[in-house]
Amino acid sequence: MTNEAVLHSHIEHAKPTGWRRWVCSTNHKDIGTMYMIFALIMLFLGGASALVIRAELFMPGIQLTSPDLYNSLVTNHALIMVFGAVMPAAAGMANWMIPLMIGAQDMALPRMNNLSFWFLPAAAIMLVLAFIVPFIPGGGTMVNTGWTLYPPLSLQVGMSMDFLIFTVHLLGISSILASINIIVTILGNRAPGMTLMKMPIFVWSWLVTAFLLILIMPILAGAVTMLLFDRNFGTSFFNAAGGGDPVLFQHLFWFFGHPEVYVLLLPSMGIVGSIIATFSRKPLFGYRSTVFSMMSIGLIGMLVWAHHQYTIGMSLGAVTYFMIGTILISIPVGLMIFNFIATMWRGSMTFETPMLFAIGIILMFSFGGFTGVMVAVIPGDIQYHDSMFVVAHFHYALIPGALFGLLAGVFYWIPKWTGYMYDEKLGKLFFWTSIIGFNLTFFPQHFLGLAGMPRRIVDYNLIFTEFNVISSIGSFIYGLSHLIFLYIIIKTIRGGKKADGKVWEGAKGLEWELSSPPEFHSWSKTPEIK
Amino acid sequence: MTAKQEDYYIPNPSPWPFITATSVFSTLLGLALIINDLFFGGIFLLAGILLFTYLLFEWFGDVIEENNLGLHSKKVDSAFRQGMIWFIASEVFFFISFFASLWYIRNVSVEWLGGTGYLSATHDFLYNQFDAQWPTAGPGAVGEGFSPMEAWGIPALNTFILLTSGATITWAHWGLKTENRKLLVGGLITTIILGLIFVVMQAWEYQDAYEHLNLTLRSGVYGSTFYILTGFHGLHVITGSIMLASILGRSIKGHFSPKSHFGFEAVAWYWHFVDVVWLALFFLVYML
Repeated sequence: MTNEAVLHSHIEHAKPTGWRRWVCSTNHKDIGTMYMIFALIMLFLGGASALVIRAELFMPGIQLTSPDLYNSLVTNHALIMVFGAVMPAAAGMANWMIPLMIGAQDMALPRMNNLSFWFLPAAAIMLVLAFIVPFIPGGGTMVNTGWTLYPPLSLQVGMSMDFLIFTVHLLGISSILASINIIVTILGNRAPGMTLMKMPIFVWSWLVTAFLLILIMPILAGAVTMLLFDRNFGTSFFNAAGGGDPVLFQHLFWFFGHPEVYVLLLPSMGIVGSIIATFSRKPLFGYRSTVFSMMSIGLIGMLVWAHHQYTIGMSLGAVTYFMIGTILISIPVGLMIFNFIATMWRGSMTFETPMLFAIGIILMFSFGGFTGVMVAVIPGDIQYHDSMFVVAHFHYALIPGALFGLLAGVFYWIPKWTGYMYDEKLGKLFFWTSIIGFNLTFFPQHFLGLAGMPRRIVDYNLIFTEFNVISSIGSFIYGLSHLIFLYIIIKTIRGGKKADGKVWEGAKGLEWELSSPPEFHSWSKTPEIK
Repeated sequence: MTAKQEDYYIPNPSPWPFITATSVFSTLLGLALIINDLFFGGIFLLAGILLFTYLLFEWFGDVIEENNLGLHSKKVDSAFRQGMIWFIASEVFFFISFFASLWYIRNVSVEWLGGTGYLSATHDFLYNQFDAQWPTAGPGAVGEGFSPMEAWGIPALNTFILLTSGATITWAHWGLKTENRKLLVGGLITTIILGLIFVVMQAWEYQDAYEHLNLTLRSGVYGSTFYILTGFHGLHVITGSIMLASILGRSIKGHFSPKSHFGFEAVAWYWHFVDVVWLALFFLVYML
């Protein structure tokens, strides 16, 4: 009794108001919300830079941007989308949902949780500095290397590259701290009876992701540190005259970069798994095999990085190994996708917006996966390398595989977060406009690439005009459709139809036993799972 | 708030995370400005470091106070432990990126530049006078001639010092467990002194390398890998020594009990990690 009274007074005491609630927060829900708002802002920033790129490519010739500015926009678009939009949105959902799903009162290390969030705005400011410094007189050249930052070009860029290197450091610290927190929470703070193999698939997906991040982010930090030393202190890591090798950077970068793809993908797949089970009103088919396929995706994903570098001149043995390893990944990925499809089999399905996105993901992500097998095959890749085909491939893999999954998650969980139902009609409108816009943008790029249009070049041959026009029109439909998304979110936050605790009829899991929205401190009485 | 709780302890809102992010941002911004010779960088750097130092006292002070109030349950304690383990794991991977680079440079890039292997085009067209060897400053002899660092001088002595410090911190731990205050404080002081001797010796080694061996950061890949590995390790020794000093202060104040002393253990783990990295370093950088 006394314990409970003390706890109660403590909880009352700990509900802060005003700016302190956000800036000094130790509450997983508030931190999750901040993560997602940050991600939304970055999504629009990254989208805007993509629209400038597409506007430039609308017609052959150089209209809007200089070649350097064009490549700087390409660089920033990638970095903003990967590190600013997708990862923080996934981390925000992890923050919000994992404690609710496993019956924990909060994340295990609440202050560190807030720290990992606040590193992100710091990194964003640093990234913006890297972008605007070249516009100041004496600010050096722009970061025109693409997000891969390959030397020797990145050694020649002006001081903005140093800002970018420190951006990567900040992002790395943020991801590592967030991952430590997620692992510790999942391994240590589950409610009694919530065994590992009873955890929702979303929690599993994040456990694998967090392990990946702890292993790969330090490698990227080390690589850009060496870049910093080569640029400023005269070392020769990536300089052949001193005995180094620019290719070394590529190996280090892709040792990070390839698992990073799965870091972006897996949380979304966790969301898709839960959505499909809910709207098919069946438990997830092959839960165990889905968990193991996620683990093997993570494991094999760490061992196949050099398939991004087939054309650098590796030995035949090495490229063959990387090719076979890469194609092997399609087995666990395929297993996961087939499990999702089997979940729908004979389910009583309904097609609310999250489910529409989930089905769209299965179709379009599989397509991106198939082109992935194409670019994994060495002789094919030598033709496709650095062409628009690659651009089409990874946008088909990453927009459905990562971004659509997160959008589906927003529609799936926003009634839980806000306590109000979103507007289903508008949700479906957003789904269809964005799907049509997306396919219109990226499908023609396959043909452009196969016909020989290189990427990362501001101008192109006249023969590529038609498909580029279609692609640019599609991109504006796709980009502007997100205004509908923004409107839906604002409208839902402001009010609407009240949502029950159990928002969806077929939903199962601890998070649906709480009210919508949950109390500020949920699970003050730890649930027990039978 | 003072009574013991069964439930997981969730701290009250705290300003320190935000201030930490601000201070780290200021430090890195300062560094970015300084390396590009912009004079006001120093202000940002200094402000960042000072703020960071200040908040370490405040943040850890909060945690220690909570612990003394008995707010940390077993679960909280285990969360701290696991957090530290995964943090050290990420640090290990940070060093692995440098060790892997060393391996690649020695076994792949220098070999290729020397004309062995199937990728000998760079050798044939640019550097056909170059023979693969280690240590090397590369085919361009970047930084001009140098002599490599001998393993059996200061480095071997430093290995001995660090290994001894690993023993003395275990000694201190033993003192803590058996409530032998003298042994605890004595062991910690010895460990710190050994850590500091290590740092001073390494500084001496660096000075020797710069003045007599012409071995500098600019000495091709040998200089690059040598200084980045030993340098980052040295930074970790300094960090570890600062951590040890704070633990010493807490030990003198009597913060630790034989049963509850996670702060001590975390530092000990970190110190052993620094120790193990040095062993790998001594073997791979100096001896091979």
